[in-house]
Amino acid sequence: MTASILTVDDSASLRMAIRIALSGAGYAVTEAEDGVEGLSKATATRFDLIVTDLNMPNMDGLTMIKKLREQPSQAGIPIIFLTTESDDAMKAQAKAAGATGWLVKPFQPEQLIRVAQKVLAR
Amino acid sequence: MSEDPTAAFRIEAGELLEQVEQGLLDLRDNLGDMGLVNAVFRGLHTLKGSGAMFGFDALAAFTHHCESAFDRVRKGDVRATKDLVTVILSAGDHMRALVDGDAPKATGDAILAKLAAAVDAAAGGGSAPVAAAPVKQGWTLSFRLPPDAMANGTNPLALLDELRELGEATIAVRTDAVPPLDKLVPNHCLLGWDCTLIGDISREAIEDVFLFVMDDMEIAIEPLAVEGEAVEATPTAESEAQGTAVVAANDGAGRAVAMRAQGEHVRVPAERLDELMDRVGELVIAQSRLSQLAHSGHDLALRSVSEEIERLAGEMRDTMMVLRMVPVSTLFGRFRRLIHDLAIETGKAIELVTEGETTEVDKTVIERLFDPLVHIIRNSCDHGLEQAADRVAAGKPESGLIRLSAHQAGGEVLITITDDGRGIDRERVRAKAEANGLIQPGQAVSEDELLGMIFHPGFSTAAQVTNLSGRGVGMDVVKRTIESLRGSIDVKSQPGEGSTITLRIPLTLAIIEGLLVRVGEGRYVIPLSAVEECLELSLEEDLRSRGRSIITLRERLIPFLRLRDLFATDTRPDTYQKIVVVGIGAERVGLVVDQIIGNHQTVIKAMSPLHRNVASFAGATILGDGSVALILDIAQLVALGQPKEERRLAAG
Repeated sequence: MTASILTVDDSASLRMAIRIALSGAGYAVTEAEDGVEGLSKATATRFDLIVTDLNMPNMDGLTMIKKLREQPSQAGIPIIFLTTESDDAMKAQAKAAGATGWLVKPFQPEQLIRVAQKVLAR
Repeated sequence: MSEDPTAAFRIEAGELLEQVEQGLLDLRDNLGDMGLVNAVFRGLHTLKGSGAMFGFDALAAFTHHCESAFDRVRKGDVRATKDLVTVILSAGDHMRALVDGDAPKATGDAILAKLAAAVDAAAGGGSAPVAAAPVKQGWTLSFRLPPDAMANGTNPLALLDELRELGEATIAVRTDAVPPLDKLVPNHCLLGWDCTLIGDISREAIEDVFLFVMDDMEIAIEPLAVEGEAVEATPTAESEAQGTAVVAANDGAGRAVAMRAQGEHVRVPAERLDELMDRVGELVIAQSRLSQLAHSGHDLALRSVSEEIERLAGEMRDTMMVLRMVPVSTLFGRFRRLIHDLAIETGKAIELVTEGETTEVDKTVIERLFDPLVHIIRNSCDHGLEQAADRVAAGKPESGLIRLSAHQAGGEVLITITDDGRGIDRERVRAKAEANGLIQPGQAVSEDELLGMIFHPGFSTAAQVTNLSGRGVGMDVVKRTIESLRGSIDVKSQPGEGSTITLRIPLTLAIIEGLLVRVGEGRYVIPLSAVEECLELSLEEDLRSRGRSIITLRERLIPFLRLRDLFATDTRPDTYQKIVVVGIGAERVGLVVDQIIGNHQTVIKAMSPLHRNVASFAGATILGDGSVALILDIAQLVALGQPKEERRLAAG
């Protein structure tokens, strides 16, 4: 069965890059452009993996992760967030909020695929 | 449809820079607003991150410096200052150039130097990084995941599998932390593992397995003891506490970002919209041929289908129009930066007020309005507004006001640019006009006429040509641009109180409602928005007015043009000729035609390059029967129809 991935990012180009990489690797990718949309899409459909940016308007990734983890149905779903090396504090916060892992921008498509495979194992 | 993230990034970068710029300009007026600081930071952050993703390395590196500066502002390390805002604004310009790929490195370096100076002026502080480890011949490790690891999406089994892939692994589970059944929280991860890994494995490889949980878990990684010594697990689980404390402060800051309208958006290149527009245009033409065909026969079924298609084509055209509309805020927003720069250049305090930003106008119109508006605003700031001291002396507030407003009226949008400066100096305009031979010394001219002089080529009233307003290539170009948009420009000015320039622009350029008329054998389209009224030119009035070409309409004298003569049709006039009164601004002119055929929706086709210079025609269109009709250029005809004598009569 194809694993479904939700990518949440306010940058359309980044979403496009993520979608191209992941759908190329055989995943079904859905996009959302901020935390609000991400939360509502993730609540409506159960995804196998959520890849989210942290810095977003309306609702940032951190809040979205917290809100997702508050829902029992979202427990155990891997959530990967995108961060930059300069953002260590954010990284700690995102993990505290319940994120599974992260990916440091800029990343290569292969890195993204590897991380996806890593957290999607089984 | 090919997808190109890089192209998408370019567009996005433009928008981000726009947002950053707006944020900076807001911030300049309100330096303490953390919401704005965060918004600017976020914009720079995304720009850097995405830039690096798509190979804009120079952009990423450059933006990084600005981002860091703002990060420090965000953390309260550095104060936001006007100097800092100004430097980052110029940095924004450089980033734009970097996106376009033609940025001289020297410019960037100069900006970075200024940035460093601005940051230093606003604060002090520092930080230091740390580095990592060596390699060995096999490892023992002992680890325990955080209890909520599974809820947070980590799969322990996957981690163990990854360890096995590294080398020969012996894994034993520890169950000592598992509580009695009644105290067990079923979704917590309570097991610990001891593992021996044999092989040429780097420490990094092992850490990589635990990449995402490393900081929160208990893990001890030790080189394999040579003589089977048991190694106790040494928990290294701390690390997140300090991190949390640092960020809490800045995350609490308010978000000034307005909620974006929810819903799906699709980004489409403008040229595709133009293509679609062309197709819709052709459809409208084909449809009008169809409807002509249907109405000439007696086939009721055909007629009903034709009417259905007429309705659909009409709706499609309307939808198409809406697709191309963008709010003028996209245009007005760009002037805030201009005002900021002008204020610095002229040393005047200038405030910009905008109104009616949600008014929507065709995208093409918006783009073409930019240059004329820049010119008008520059003029207002440069010539109109006084220096602060003079303003105070005149009893006005110290800072000058530029007001930009837009609103829709019928098929037109009105854009007004108002300043509260000294107004246009009539004496100087007059002197200049006389010097240029535009009017005779002492000749009586109306107020409007005098002010209208500023639109003549080569006319510049500034005693000295300043850096800002250019070199007399000015208002005439503005006027021509506006007229090429089928719009009009009008200026009002009150000495000592300021000036108002009003632009009237049609909402769209591609399709117009027209009045189809016949002159001789030919058919012509008059843009309906210019039509004031239609009346009959009675035979006696025709004869009476021979040579004078003026009719009286509601006690006003209106000159008229006989299109039959103008176009040299060589035909006999119809018995009942009609006059179509058209107007632009305050000027009216009657156009004598043979027959008024009716309303006609017109898709404007450009004239061929050979005919582009033909005055009195704005374009062409194809009629229902496939023949071509020319579209009259009302601005030209109105100008042509204003004889000197009428003006004098009208002026009394």
